[in-house]
Amino acid sequence: MKKLMTGVVGGFALALMAGTAMAEDTTLTIATVNNGDMIRMQKYTDDFTAANPGIKLNWVTLEENDLRQKVTKDISTKGGQYDVLTIGMYETPIWGKKGWLVPLAGIDDPKDILPAVAGGLSVDGKLYAAPFYGESSFVMYRKDLMAKAGLKMSDTPTWPEIIAAADKMTDRAAGINGICLRGKAGWGENMAFLGTMANSFGARWFDEKWHPQFDTPEWKAAITTYLKVMKDDGPAGASGNGFSENLALFQSGKCGMWADATAAGSFVIDAKASKNAADVGFTIAPDAGFGKRANWLWAWALAIPAGSKKVDAAQKFIGWATSKHYGELIAAKEGWANVPPGTRTSLYKNPEYLKVPFAAMTLASMNAADPMHPTAKPVPYTGIQFVAIPEFAGIGTKVGEIFSSALAGQISADDALKQAQDYTTAEMTKAGYIK
Amino acid sequence: MARKQSTRRTVAITILAWFIGLLMFFPILWTAVAAFKSESDAYTLPQNMLSTPWTLENFGIVQERSDYFRYVFNTVIIAVLSTLLGLLFAVPAAWSMAFAPRTTPSSTISGWGWLAIVFSCGLIAAGVLYANGWHPQNAVVGFLLLLLCIVPPTAWVWTRATTDTLLWMLSTKMMPPAGALIAIYLMFNRNGLIFKDWGWINLSEYNLIDSFWGMVPLAMLLNLPIIIWMLYTYFKEIPVEILEAARMDGASLWNEIVRVLTPMALPGIASTCLLNLILAWNEAFWSLNLTNKYAAPLSFFISEYSSPEGQFWAKLSAASLMAIVPILIVGWFSQKQLVRGLTFGAVK
Repeated sequence: MKKLMTGVVGGFALALMAGTAMAEDTTLTIATVNNGDMIRMQKYTDDFTAANPGIKLNWVTLEENDLRQKVTKDISTKGGQYDVLTIGMYETPIWGKKGWLVPLAGIDDPKDILPAVAGGLSVDGKLYAAPFYGESSFVMYRKDLMAKAGLKMSDTPTWPEIIAAADKMTDRAAGINGICLRGKAGWGENMAFLGTMANSFGARWFDEKWHPQFDTPEWKAAITTYLKVMKDDGPAGASGNGFSENLALFQSGKCGMWADATAAGSFVIDAKASKNAADVGFTIAPDAGFGKRANWLWAWALAIPAGSKKVDAAQKFIGWATSKHYGELIAAKEGWANVPPGTRTSLYKNPEYLKVPFAAMTLASMNAADPMHPTAKPVPYTGIQFVAIPEFAGIGTKVGEIFSSALAGQISADDALKQAQDYTTAEMTKAGYIK
Repeated sequence: MARKQSTRRTVAITILAWFIGLLMFFPILWTAVAAFKSESDAYTLPQNMLSTPWTLENFGIVQERSDYFRYVFNTVIIAVLSTLLGLLFAVPAAWSMAFAPRTTPSSTISGWGWLAIVFSCGLIAAGVLYANGWHPQNAVVGFLLLLLCIVPPTAWVWTRATTDTLLWMLSTKMMPPAGALIAIYLMFNRNGLIFKDWGWINLSEYNLIDSFWGMVPLAMLLNLPIIIWMLYTYFKEIPVEILEAARMDGASLWNEIVRVLTPMALPGIASTCLLNLILAWNEAFWSLNLTNKYAAPLSFFISEYSSPEGQFWAKLSAASLMAIVPILIVGWFSQKQLVRGLTFGAVK
């Protein structure tokens, strides 16, 4: 027993010592998502620490949903666990308005940031998060399959054109699906795509008085078109497919077209991972004659929580990570295709960067997105593939589940729209938007 | 006399057992294979895992991105210390329940009486809070209200008969952990319920989040009901006369437990330890929510490799394989002990 006690006490002392020894090394704790660009940044932090010898960095890398959950818990209790947070365009305006974030200073040439992105990350003209990389969505397609079908992709495609092309390219015997679209439930999964598709059909989430709009003909047209084209030309089991699954299908040559994030561009032209890397073309997202295209706007951005006690050092770090200098550093070490895209106008004026196959189309897609006016009719919210209110994450996920089960054939389009309308109305009434 | 069994029946049962075994093993097998494939091969459906090339690349990437051994160290610390700490509490608890049980409740208050007491205390606390505008700034008031809510239910448990207490303990495992998450988070966190500036003492520089001081007791408390319950069952198998004989010979309580009881119950204690070690090793919910780096265990390490963007199955599989290998080896070498311990006392 004596030995046991000594062991326990010794173990505790050891653990404590290890904890303190590590703690002394660190000053800034940075919570970040495990996406490619963020992981790359961790490799090049020597550049920052060499210029700022007093500051050391401690990375907490997490999966997007885990990150969102942890960061939200911490910031809402002012726990101060993190000094720099990686958040998106959805959280920034909500948290900025609540006073949970510190306004940013010391950003390298703030006027150079793409206006749509800067607008989505500001509250009352103050920037609360600096964009690290931004993305929109576009259509990736197989040029060889288009040629085989005797078609040429338009530079400004419409939904009927896309559907006609999907019909022609589909070759079930050869395992080729005309089109691959997201079906996995989640506000950041199928609803990101369906929200933008609905915008292009003239639909909106809410009218000016926050009444849900799923009972309108615009939503019905969008959803029935989506379900039909997925049934005719989509892959089997599409209701479980998100970004990663569709990427795998496209890379293995099983999709004629794929409408998804511009961030996928670098993956589909990567000859090591993609079977048909040389045959991939890019075009802007389609419209349906309502003046809005089905493309979204998203940015992963760096922000400082109000609970942080190291605001100055955090400002310096964000300034470095989002600077033009950082872009040049990555270009020199890893090539222009790996520079974080979609944040700065100057990057798209760089002739070297414009040689990257998807660069011009990314910029065109981002410029075509307007978070203040996402659809033809006026809306009381900002955001294209989301609605920037705290209740949206819950509503979006539930509605995503409903549409996903419609895609799986468990309920009809009409039932799905009715359920979505009823659920959203109940939630918005409970939250006090509908009086 | 042994019962005769037809060969056909034996074969059928063997095939069924193998089928169920393979079915249960399949996810681990798939993980083990996917870990050695490239990302696109791991994703491709239908899977042609055997005809595609094998690679060690994923392990390299995982090793480069994460400090694997740090996570192993953290997991070992949490699992081992929480098990030892658990034994410190569980052995005396199980001893008293097995050899000095209370057969009837020690208070004469009826069930309804207790219910009335608990509810009235809750109502009083709510009334005081309401009068204070729900946010008592006075720490003493807050503390007294907390006592008012905690003491009556604790007193109820305290006065129960042993069998009731055992069942109550096990019932705490039935509560979904998410239900207690926010409360525990606020207790652990800086600026939460405890570690804040109280005026007369400033505790806002401390917190239990991401520290062994928080994770070890938490892991211990999570599994304590199971340890006590298991030890109780093993102790019940030991004839009380042996302990009485020791007492007759003048053994103190300490000697009775340490020198007489513990050696006899060693197989049981060992299998309890093993089971607790496995449970603490695999614990994910609390680790994901309450650790970041310094005290983050292997379950946190795995979660770093799941990603909504890009392909990650092969890397996730490699990370999972690296996380389960140590405990798999421990389990493999101690399986005899584990099975013996788990079935100890099952056949009378």
